[in-house]
Amino acid sequence: MELEGEIKLLTGNEIIVMGARSAGAEAFYGYPITPTTEILTGWAKEAIKDKRLIFLQTEDEPAAGFGVIGSALGGKKAWAATAGVGHILMQDPLVVAEALRIPFVIYIGQRGGPSTGTVIYSQQELNLARLGGNGESTRLVLAPGNLQELFDFTIKAFDWAWRYRLPVILLGDGYLSKMTGIVDTTKPGKVHAAKPILQSGGAPVNLRNCYSLEDELAENLNKNLIDFAKISKEVEESEQIKCNDAKIVIFAWGTVAEAAKEAVKILRESGTKVGLFRPITLRPFGAASAKQAVRGASQILICESSFGQFGRLVTESLFGITGVKIERLYRPGEGIIAEEIVAKVQEII
Amino acid sequence: MSVPIMPKCYKKSSKPSNFCSGCGHSLALKSLGFVIDDLGISKKTVFATDIGCSLLAWNFFDIDTIQSHHGRAGCISVGLKRAMPKSIVVAYMGDGGGYSIGLHHLIHMAKRNEAVTVILVNNTVFAMTGGQSAPTTIAGENTESTPDGAYTDDQPIFGPELLRKVASKKAFLARTSVSDMAQLKNYLKRAIENQVRNNAFSFVEVLSWCPVNWKKNASECEEYLLDLKKIYKTGVISDES
Repeated sequence: MELEGEIKLLTGNEIIVMGARSAGAEAFYGYPITPTTEILTGWAKEAIKDKRLIFLQTEDEPAAGFGVIGSALGGKKAWAATAGVGHILMQDPLVVAEALRIPFVIYIGQRGGPSTGTVIYSQQELNLARLGGNGESTRLVLAPGNLQELFDFTIKAFDWAWRYRLPVILLGDGYLSKMTGIVDTTKPGKVHAAKPILQSGGAPVNLRNCYSLEDELAENLNKNLIDFAKISKEVEESEQIKCNDAKIVIFAWGTVAEAAKEAVKILRESGTKVGLFRPITLRPFGAASAKQAVRGASQILICESSFGQFGRLVTESLFGITGVKIERLYRPGEGIIAEEIVAKVQEII
Repeated sequence: MSVPIMPKCYKKSSKPSNFCSGCGHSLALKSLGFVIDDLGISKKTVFATDIGCSLLAWNFFDIDTIQSHHGRAGCISVGLKRAMPKSIVVAYMGDGGGYSIGLHHLIHMAKRNEAVTVILVNNTVFAMTGGQSAPTTIAGENTESTPDGAYTDDQPIFGPELLRKVASKKAFLARTSVSDMAQLKNYLKRAIENQVRNNAFSFVEVLSWCPVNWKKNASECEEYLLDLKKIYKTGVISDES
């Protein structure tokens, strides 16, 4: 990219805070946890500079998530960030946001699990992010793969949260959070306006998520599921790289997809017909696009830093496709570099 | 025959309410309703209910409400008040949500002097789930999970006294009971006024009865509540206590 003016090297966590500011975020609630702590401390510094901003370091993650819900009910663009075991606790407020259709933005910096695990990297929070609630998990999950996307998708997350009144999860990892690079912050996307859900001046609003009768709950669930299907069509997004003539299509997302992009480049230079399908939204997942991406392929290679969490999603999406062999490069809790993907492709070809 | 006077802020379509006959919640809520009427704040009040029996109040009033669980009504109140400092935020919960699974939320709200009012109804049991022991269950009390009343050396949680240790001097902390309606109303009013005037945390524990889980009739409930008041002293919990 062409660079003008002041150039700063920024970390992923700093970029997320900038993205949130560009999106008009007004309130952050959080609890320190590696690798997302600098988002909390970054926002704390922002709140010193701009007295209109709300910041609270809470006693735990549920308090942060329910603080987000409270401020969103009051019409503020509110958000949080967490990881790993904090992500587990954060499912509690996330499902409330699903049930009551409360805008909720959260960045998850995946770390290795189960439990405390490692502090920087994995893709093992995919299931939790996509389907972690008790219910039908009507939430949107975005998967940034690089720093520019981290900025752009943060803004997109706030837009979607308020446009659709849903929780939106930005599913990153510690590599993304901690790496530095150059990002264009001059063209932030438009963001849907926030307005109070309670105290809006109209008739009193009674929000509840407790039902005595199955039919009462079902009525609300079905309404939300119909909405979610409609919204899914609008937001579903994926990227295909050189899939047109590919005999092998790699499936990867997030940081691993960046390595896969590099692998495709290397392999294409040596004439290997390889492509990449990379979901940008992990929920909804573009099953039709995935099927389309493998139309000429005889093999697919699923690459992930987890043990089949992504693979199950991919194979379920490709149900009905025949004559395509499935290969796997599963590295639960470990990073995957381009050279490993290249070697795996050369092995299976 | 005169018709009993009901608070104007009641949502009439939700009456009769879903609370069991003789439940103390109805008395606590009625007092709160009169306070909201007296202060003329129904339009600018948000009422956050919690899990257990307190959630039955989700549509009790014709005011904005939000319902959650596990003491998170307090956390939502924090987020609401910070977003809308001019609104009056009242969280309403039981002793299970507030003193067991959500106790740390209360402690930290008091510690940070969050400018919200919390009303906690203490009937010494987990009532909605069928009468298990609560952090407030007293020694020798028979509950579904302490069937022989063998409640060894567990000490009950004394909420307002506990919060006093961490709360700001501006905080209003008190315990009252559904057997003293004048004091109940007075304390609820002061708790809300303290939020508005002093921008400070307020907490009122309301000792209450649960005829169903206590397996007691009205007069037995009154009698038992009097016994409880010997353990749970009512009054304003001052800095000096």
